[in-house]
Amino acid sequence: MDDLLESDWTTEEVSTGTTIIAAVFDGGVVIGSDSRVSAGQAVVNRVLNKVCRLHDKIYCSISGSAADAQAVVDIVDYQMELHGIQMGQPPLVQAAATIVKDICYKYKEELVAHLLVAGWDHKYGGQVYGTLGGMMIKQQFALGGSGSTYIYGFADSAFKPGMTKEECLKFTKCALALAMNRDGSSGGVIYLVTITSKGAEETVITAKDIPSFYED
Amino acid sequence: MAVEFDGGVVIGADSRTTTGAYIANRVTDKLTFIHDHIFCCRSGSAADTQAIADVVNYQLSFHSIELDEPPLVQTAANLFKELCYRYREDLTAGIIVAGWDKRKGGQVYTVPMGGMIVRQSFSIGGSGSTYIYGYVDSSYKPGMTKEECLEFTANAISLAMERDGSSGGVIRLAAITEAGVERKVILGSELPRFTVS
Repeated sequence: MDDLLESDWTTEEVSTGTTIIAAVFDGGVVIGSDSRVSAGQAVVNRVLNKVCRLHDKIYCSISGSAADAQAVVDIVDYQMELHGIQMGQPPLVQAAATIVKDICYKYKEELVAHLLVAGWDHKYGGQVYGTLGGMMIKQQFALGGSGSTYIYGFADSAFKPGMTKEECLKFTKCALALAMNRDGSSGGVIYLVTITSKGAEETVITAKDIPSFYED
Repeated sequence: MAVEFDGGVVIGADSRTTTGAYIANRVTDKLTFIHDHIFCCRSGSAADTQAIADVVNYQLSFHSIELDEPPLVQTAANLFKELCYRYREDLTAGIIVAGWDKRKGGQVYTVPMGGMIVRQSFSIGGSGSTYIYGYVDSSYKPGMTKEECLEFTANAISLAMERDGSSGGVIRLAAITEAGVERKVILGSELPRFTVS
């Protein structure tokens, strides 16, 4: 009882200790996340969507300090809107990734946030960029957040270049479910966004629809 | 790591021992003989785990002579647990005990840091294990054959070696059944490969 009255969640920093993933398939990208936000041991939000829109066909997923990540996303969202209007055409994913990278690198000592940027543009198709630590690296798939350590082996073995959209959705769904099973800071529901030339499609996967695996 | 199957267990480990960034031994044998049908996989401090394994080896061989029959895997595992729990403040040892006995067949017991003991159908440990939780959770199926277990273990360790800087070298495997212990080594060039861009 004492625990509830004098808990650390009132003083602990709010973190999206999390699992985020993005993967390229033939024709676009899938970007996904779990939905748990923790403050110390308490779960302060179990349904947060960590996949944030930067532009119509460019999304990012966030991990680390919730405040830092939201601040960065706000800035990038504004700058991308401006950039899109100035260019008169949908911006490149590379542009969004570069803006994120610039902010994360300049303030790397102060910020504790990692963003994965993914999307589709007319020039290079589907792309995924990791910006950990302020670098920008184009990858076929990228993982992030505290839960990602548990699924590197799975992702390495299961990812195939040139998958179909359905295969890619299955891959990201399974990866997130596995990480959520093992990482205390990840859980809740799965948010996925599929981005193709036609646009972005947001889906939520809850409870029974989350893939389950062998439990001893 | 170690995996139970009907009739025995498969155990496997990488072969890297590091002191800081230097690889002190790139062909270490982390699969340690405890008794004829009981082995352990050691992780953590090499000194601590070697010392503990030596003590348990002695205690178990004495016990086996007194009993006049092969010891139980559960006995060996509990001997490890006694030491690891009693001296928990001073030790850095994560041990997986696996073997075969007549009473319960193939068994895997894990004794992680802190000194708890629990039997599992399969168990992974060591610094590289964090990277393969997702893989083993998704790939493990109950009722695998010995060959399937060997492949499962080799794949898992290979994936961990790929991601963990403290793991690498060759994969040492052993299959323990009623008939005895069958050891295998998978060299670097023959490691299962997973093509990633």
